[in-house]
Amino acid sequence: MSTISDPPSGSFRLSMLINDTRYRSYTFQFIALVLLIMAFAYLGFNLLANLQAAGLNISYQFLGEPAGYDINQTLIEYTSQSSHWRASLVGVLNTLLVAFLGCIMATVIGVFVGVLRLSNNWLVRQLMSIYVEIFRNVPVLVWILIIMAVFIAVLPQPREFRGDDATASMVFGAFAFTGRGFYAPAPIFGPGSGVVIAVFLASVVGIFAFRNYAKKALYDRGQLIPTLWPSLAIFFIPAILAFFVMGRPITLDLPSLQGFNFQGGIFMRNSLIALWFALSIYTAAFIAENVRAGILAVSKGQTEAAASLGLRPGRIMNLVVLPQALRVIIPPLISQYLNLTKNSSLAIAVGYMDLTGTLGGITLNQTGRAIEAIFLLMLFYLAISLAISAIMNVYNNAVKLKER
Amino acid sequence: MKKIAILGAMTVAGLSAGVASAATLDDVKARGKLNCGVITGLVGFAAPNANGEWEGFDVGVCRAVAAAVLGDPTAVEFVPTTGKTRFTALASGEIDLLARNTTWTFSRDVDLGFEFVGINYYDGQGFMVPKELGVSSAKELDGATVCIQTGTTTELNLADFFRSNNISYEPVPIETNAEAQPLYLEGACDVYTTDASGLAATRAAFENPGDHVVLPEIISKEPLGPLVRHGDNQWGDIARWTLNALIAAEELGVTSANVEELGAAAGNNPEINRLLGTEGTLGEMLGLDADWAKRAIMAGGNYGELFEKNIGENTPIGLARGLNAQWTEGGLLYSPPFR
Repeated sequence: MSTISDPPSGSFRLSMLINDTRYRSYTFQFIALVLLIMAFAYLGFNLLANLQAAGLNISYQFLGEPAGYDINQTLIEYTSQSSHWRASLVGVLNTLLVAFLGCIMATVIGVFVGVLRLSNNWLVRQLMSIYVEIFRNVPVLVWILIIMAVFIAVLPQPREFRGDDATASMVFGAFAFTGRGFYAPAPIFGPGSGVVIAVFLASVVGIFAFRNYAKKALYDRGQLIPTLWPSLAIFFIPAILAFFVMGRPITLDLPSLQGFNFQGGIFMRNSLIALWFALSIYTAAFIAENVRAGILAVSKGQTEAAASLGLRPGRIMNLVVLPQALRVIIPPLISQYLNLTKNSSLAIAVGYMDLTGTLGGITLNQTGRAIEAIFLLMLFYLAISLAISAIMNVYNNAVKLKER
Repeated sequence: MKKIAILGAMTVAGLSAGVASAATLDDVKARGKLNCGVITGLVGFAAPNANGEWEGFDVGVCRAVAAAVLGDPTAVEFVPTTGKTRFTALASGEIDLLARNTTWTFSRDVDLGFEFVGINYYDGQGFMVPKELGVSSAKELDGATVCIQTGTTTELNLADFFRSNNISYEPVPIETNAEAQPLYLEGACDVYTTDASGLAATRAAFENPGDHVVLPEIISKEPLGPLVRHGDNQWGDIARWTLNALIAAEELGVTSANVEELGAAAGNNPEINRLLGTEGTLGEMLGLDADWAKRAIMAGGNYGELFEKNIGENTPIGLARGLNAQWTEGGLLYSPPFR
């Protein structure tokens, strides 16, 4: 027979909802939830009632109608006869493109600056602090506008490449740097180019195999095999050989001045470059501070211990400090990536057609469906941000301290 | 975060739509000021002058309505709007009247829930290019980079024009006219396109207007006019008939110089008498007093005076009357009779 008596069952009274600490919190949470739902319902009904009074309704039919406007940078096929939904997708892809490029460049610059801020060299340290303070403390919209204005004013326009007394000329006859953007040669894949590409991919796989072999040799036999030069050789030589053996199947489509603009080649618009660059250097200033904080969070004993093992400063940073610092750096880095992605919605300032420019700009305007378009815009950004967050959290889980 | 954002959006939409449903005339009278939406700055149509006072052709419409309703042409709060913000501003009740080079289209009138009260300028979309490019027709613009104001009908016309002529172009979307000017002048775009009147006004503001030509093609119909919200017919009538009063005044020879004299006592022309309130009760029917039209005409003159003063041939903008002449002189301006 148990010595502990069961709580008296069947004696639940209504007053216990208030007086009993076991139930009280549920009571209040329930009340708060009901109030919250009522508040939302009130706002929702108010919105619908007012829309009805104004003779408007909520409808997403406009997404299927032809957009009627053109977009300059389209990563998927799009004409002015495509639907508004298609235009929104073009905008999403443009947002993702600039966010992706921006995150990579911001990370590279940010890590570089963050490490240099802790340099022993006084001048380098001060220059990096100036960079961080200037770029972090001026709104990113201003940077976007400044960079775009400088871009347009400094670089020559296509018309300056024209005629016999041209004031500007192409670099190597293949690259044109104009105020409207950069033109570069585009590869044209002729017959037989598949072999060259296959050889190239195989050599990339070969590099990884070689590096694995070198690592294994180092760990098993203590034999240090140089990796840099052989890697470079594997990277270039087979592909170049295959290129000539197959009779040079890959040719270049050089941009050339025809009519108003350069035609052919790859065109990178000034709006993309200005936006990408501005977002990168702005966000990099924040990332640099995260990196600095992460490095300072690694105890000095680690550096000293590594040094006493005879590691050189570069290796101490790469092999000992940064891997541990990453645990501190990654979580705030995720928010910086999200910030950069959301800041890319300032794109319309330079005429870059991102999601805000297409769905939240022209589509909204031409259809007048403000509430629907803004709601959809929010959903898109939410989805993009959550996706970035999810991917980065997977990475964070991979580098974080494994507690067993 | 998501919940908060949705909450915010709903609050804004809910509150703003609530404001919009009240009787506009009473609101304006209680406020003592007319909130009038204008362009952010287009010389000749609406732009602040050196003293910071708004002036221009569209501003004249705002002032005429303010004079008719409130008796004071200066009792206007000008709200600068971009192509993107203008309709939201009007729908939300932030402004009572939108006089901003806005093209009257079916979907804006019907689907967006607005009421165009008339046409104060018959326009069409044109192209401006630097003379040095040697272009003489818009059909030679294959491959050109075109600066265009986003959120306007010109964006759609442009797409249609280039598609139907089977030529390509590179659009550079821009928010306001002021932002477009440096881009065009620096050569970041070859062509600037907007309504022909806007091109003339923009060109007049350049340092060397002679270096730029407006191409002969007019690729669309752009009837520009003031508009109000759907659902308040009395306010719509006031705006419509104030504009008609300005047009009729020109036709009848009533100017800001002689309106005082003509309106003092009933004269020989019954139509003038009815317009100026010396005969009949037109003002009362509108919910205003008998002198409403007289004050509107005194504010800035009749339609012709407003045109000549702001955008006519003697101004830097130098627009000819063309389609905007009275119907008696081969134009399209035709006010319904005042009776």
